[in-house]
Amino acid sequence: MSENNYKLSSSPHIRDKVTSSNIMLMVVIALLPASAFGVYNFGIPALIVLISTTVSAVLTEYIYEKLMHKKITINDWSAVVTGLLLGLNMPASAPWWMGALGSVFAILVVKQLFGGLGQNFMNPALGARCFLLISFAGPMTKFVYDGVSGPTPLATLKDGGSVDSMKMLIGTIPGTIGETSVIAIIIGAVFLIMLGIIDLRIPGTYIVSFVIFVGIFGPFTKAHVGFFDPQYITAHLCGGGLMLGAWFMATDYVTSPITKKGQYVYGILLGVLTGLFRLFGGSAEGVSYAIIISNLLVPLIERVTLPKPFGKGGEK
Amino acid sequence: MNRCTERLYNGLVKENPTFVLMLGMCPTLAVTTSATNGVGMGLSTTVVLVLSNMLISMLRKIIPDSVRMPAFIVVVASFVTIVQFLLEGFVPSLYDALGLYIPLIVVNCIILGRAESYASKNPVLPSIFDGIGMGLGFTVGLTCIGIVRELIGAGQIFGKQIIPIADEAAGKAGYVPVTIFILAPGAFLVLAGLVALQNKIKANAAKRGKEVVEAKGCGEGCASCNGCGGKVFPTGNEE
Repeated sequence: MSENNYKLSSSPHIRDKVTSSNIMLMVVIALLPASAFGVYNFGIPALIVLISTTVSAVLTEYIYEKLMHKKITINDWSAVVTGLLLGLNMPASAPWWMGALGSVFAILVVKQLFGGLGQNFMNPALGARCFLLISFAGPMTKFVYDGVSGPTPLATLKDGGSVDSMKMLIGTIPGTIGETSVIAIIIGAVFLIMLGIIDLRIPGTYIVSFVIFVGIFGPFTKAHVGFFDPQYITAHLCGGGLMLGAWFMATDYVTSPITKKGQYVYGILLGVLTGLFRLFGGSAEGVSYAIIISNLLVPLIERVTLPKPFGKGGEK
Repeated sequence: MNRCTERLYNGLVKENPTFVLMLGMCPTLAVTTSATNGVGMGLSTTVVLVLSNMLISMLRKIIPDSVRMPAFIVVVASFVTIVQFLLEGFVPSLYDALGLYIPLIVVNCIILGRAESYASKNPVLPSIFDGIGMGLGFTVGLTCIGIVRELIGAGQIFGKQIIPIADEAAGKAGYVPVTIFILAPGAFLVLAGLVALQNKIKANAAKRGKEVVEAKGCGEGCASCNGCGGKVFPTGNEE
């Protein structure tokens, strides 16, 4: 009891050892399988993109806080998470400066200008990804795999073609660096769930509602797809950024609801929006936009689902 | 400073409609995709603003108070129609670029705001200068936003290529334009950036002990004043 665990202050008096920097570090570790697979899959260019996004995210945070005479918070790993997630959301063929620009936007505009960690109104990595996607539509949607530039499985699916679900599960397909391998993502996600850093509520409702939406509305867009066609649903689940988004970005503490009911609402909203964008939207992918739109609705969701304290709100 | 130059200074710096008063945001955000559009929109608005300020100031004793809004709108709308036809006849390219936003000058809150808070209470000459000052302030604001957006979003200024664009097909290295800046979100980013910048400059100037230029709560023409017209009632003598 040499350490002073008894702090004379207002409640809470019992403090956990878990801090936000622990959590962020665990998230970085959980992202490593997906990153490693991305580098294995796409080679050195992927590594360059990942390094440039991560380094410039941390540098931006450091320089901004230095210039603004704020507490330097690069030790809490949150900038690393943002940079890494952004890198995992970019195609390996993107030039390094594009990743750096995205990281600057993520940290400076989306995160720091709104007050830093805990204050950002949307996921910084996804905000930056959409910024890059709108700015550089060409390079951001050019997916080169094995030296050949080809459509992602989702785009093939949208055009009515057939895809190999097994390859999509393992991840040897074109796509962004971190999204291709479902297995690598699930390994990281299981690690986070075991540690209790994320729970199944948001990703579970997200995926289930997405499956229901695609199962019901899939046949309306493609003639050869039946109601709840297992092959079509599997392809949609394994393709694109759904897994990466559901496990790592929708679960971001800052931009997801804290109320239990709210988390279900948020998950359903995500599932429906993603399905809507993928099936009826112009582009083949919709996870990023679904997540940032839902991020914006989080304050409203929380307000509606605020639990009543015991003893309050009985009969009027 | 006499009254007329004071009005010019007021419109350009102290109560700049774009960066300080935040008026007329709709055309500010929508048409500033290029510097040329910004100048065109700003000057069209300036012409309408000067003429309507002049006419409303002339008619200020005739227009009954209870119907002043419709009367102002009629005056403004007439001038806007004239400007619209002139643009269509002489600069059709600008006319096409600005499109719907020319008729919408009628409901630009800068024009109605100046008519209500300044022209309807002051003599003709200061009103004209007020219109010029406000109009030029608006033009400067729009042009600044337009230049920044055009430069980042297309590498051009006033339609002239400043930075050579990369051409991947020809294997030419160069600048890759950040297209988001000539799309709608870019307008918000640039406007916010420029407002922050000029606030910073003003704050620094104030710190160095220079004259502090900021919109006071009840200047004679300030939009937030809503028409007390600078008349300060002596205490104990209020109506």
